Amino acid sequence: MIPTTWFKRHGLASWLLLACLLLVVFPLLFDNFRLNLVGKYLSYGFVAIGLVMLWGYGGVLSLGQGVFFGLGGYCMAMFLKLEASDPITTKIQSTPGIPDFMDWNQLTALPIWWVPFEHLSFTLLAVALVPAILAFVIGYAMFKRRVGGVYFAIITQAVTLILTVLIIGQQGYTGGVNGITDLKTLNGWDIRTDSAKVILYFVNAGLLLAAILVCGWIQRSKLGTLLLAMRDKEDRVRFSGYDVSMFKVFVFCLSAMLAGIGGALFTLQVGFMSPSLVGIVPSIEMVIFAAVGGRMSLIGAVYGALLVNAGKTYFSESFPELWLYLMAALFIGVVLAFPNGLAGLYETYVKPRIGKRKPTAAAPVDAPAQHPAATTLDALPPGLTREEC
Amino acid sequence: MSNTDFVLAIEDLSVSFDGFKAIDTLTLYLDRGELRVIIGPNGAGKTTLLDLICGKTRATGGSIKFKNEEMLGQAEHKIVRAGIGRKFQTPSIYENLPVFKNLEVSFPRGRGVFGALAFKCTDDVSSRVQEVATEIGLATKLDMEAGLLSHGEKQWLEIGMLLMQDPELLMLDEPIAGMSARERDLTAELLKRICQNRSVIVIEHDMEFVKRIAHKVTVMHQGKILAEGSMEQVQKDERVIDVYLGH
Repeated sequence: MIPTTWFKRHGLASWLLLACLLLVVFPLLFDNFRLNLVGKYLSYGFVAIGLVMLWGYGGVLSLGQGVFFGLGGYCMAMFLKLEASDPITTKIQSTPGIPDFMDWNQLTALPIWWVPFEHLSFTLLAVALVPAILAFVIGYAMFKRRVGGVYFAIITQAVTLILTVLIIGQQGYTGGVNGITDLKTLNGWDIRTDSAKVILYFVNAGLLLAAILVCGWIQRSKLGTLLLAMRDKEDRVRFSGYDVSMFKVFVFCLSAMLAGIGGALFTLQVGFMSPSLVGIVPSIEMVIFAAVGGRMSLIGAVYGALLVNAGKTYFSESFPELWLYLMAALFIGVVLAFPNGLAGLYETYVKPRIGKRKPTAAAPVDAPAQHPAATTLDALPPGLTREEC
Repeated sequence: MSNTDFVLAIEDLSVSFDGFKAIDTLTLYLDRGELRVIIGPNGAGKTTLLDLICGKTRATGGSIKFKNEEMLGQAEHKIVRAGIGRKFQTPSIYENLPVFKNLEVSFPRGRGVFGALAFKCTDDVSSRVQEVATEIGLATKLDMEAGLLSHGEKQWLEIGMLLMQDPELLMLDEPIAGMSARERDLTAELLKRICQNRSVIVIEHDMEFVKRIAHKVTVMHQGKILAEGSMEQVQKDERVIDVYLGH
């Protein structure tokens, strides 16, 4: 009741603005090359909104979202690679019909766990489910034991490192440090052409907008309220009859699933997947997307992903040495100066000015009473959110 | 151990932290509809006892039976679902949520992950919220952010959140701490009302308040029960005067 009106007032307008930007303005403004770049950034948008759910709402910081992004990306890459490795194109190999890197590594048959990835339907399921299942296993093991906060973050870092080492070490099965490259077609449809890239951009943008709606719905459900309640007083939730750990497992799986979908779309648009996109540094960058955009705001996180990635592309081309420092400074600056990110800045500085014209939002004292959902969903006091870093 | 008519039967309960026995072979029975007050000096193990009953702390030995069902070793949320509600010493409410949401979230439906996703605030939920809010005197403040309530109102809200679950056993840890005289009066009335169809355990230091509400008083000292009985009996007990009440 109240949340719906809130969503009508604030959420839907900014969602429509984003939709308009992604579906109309960007395609008109940018050439194919740049639109493809934006599409790549948007695939990180999935990770960012997953982090809003997990970190902003669930209060659980994962520094290992790259793992799930990578798993989704690799699942998609495996399918595409198998399609690109038909016996005719690979007839010069000692074993035709298997991916080239397997042949180079003296593999003579397709490993069993690669076989199901010949099917697109299986692959699409795996893109979402493989990350979710891994997240379930890690989350169940950790949250049932009440591991949280910094310890959980460190463990996710460890998982990230393990996965990277595993991928690089098992060159014959994973393509090693080069990753899975030379991807060509999706069910016969060439993904390298300009038109395919434009279509993939729209698919990506559409899915992202849909994912925002789904996450918004979850935030407004009782589950979203419970996540906020857990962040505030975990014991109270537990002693109200809720199995707190399962709610954390759920939101961790959700964020993993979103990251996996993002990874798959990344692979489709960029045309390869490699361990350098999965490791510790990319995982931390993903947290920065959400932090810069605003970890309590789904829409903000998408802008965060876009801006930080655009900045990364620009600065790493112009000042490659400087970029990492700049990125670190950005993160520290955001956490110290405006912990709610761009969305928080908007809430604090821009919205009150807009609100002055409307009589309902004019008096700040009345605001919590009149729009309880608005205050809890989007503009938490900075003190509270900062503590959980 | 045989079955009993007691709503709560604690027998030979012990817990030790690094060799220190915080609760030492304690036995306590609670009748249905009884309001029991536990008093005792600091460090007597009162809060630890509540922690053990609600599963927050694991016991080293003994048994806690709630309606003849063993509660020891059960997960906290299962103990709550069995019908034991617990209020913490410092008001434990969701400060960022409105009073209405605080109560709504405590409604015992949709407690699983997917149940919570599908949960809808139907008429029976909101009428229950209204009912409880009236009981705790916060009916006019449903839209207010809970963090803005006064200290006493926060205490009531937490009691209200427990009432939403309609527990058969309600445990309150120092419910009137930090309350004004008038708030104490109201709380005493509230407690008398809510114990009419359930059992209540209260930990309290304020003797005046204890006198007003208690059916029976248990005095704890060093993890054991020192005395048990009506307020008059306990007040005359030499040992109780020695360790707690003073001469």
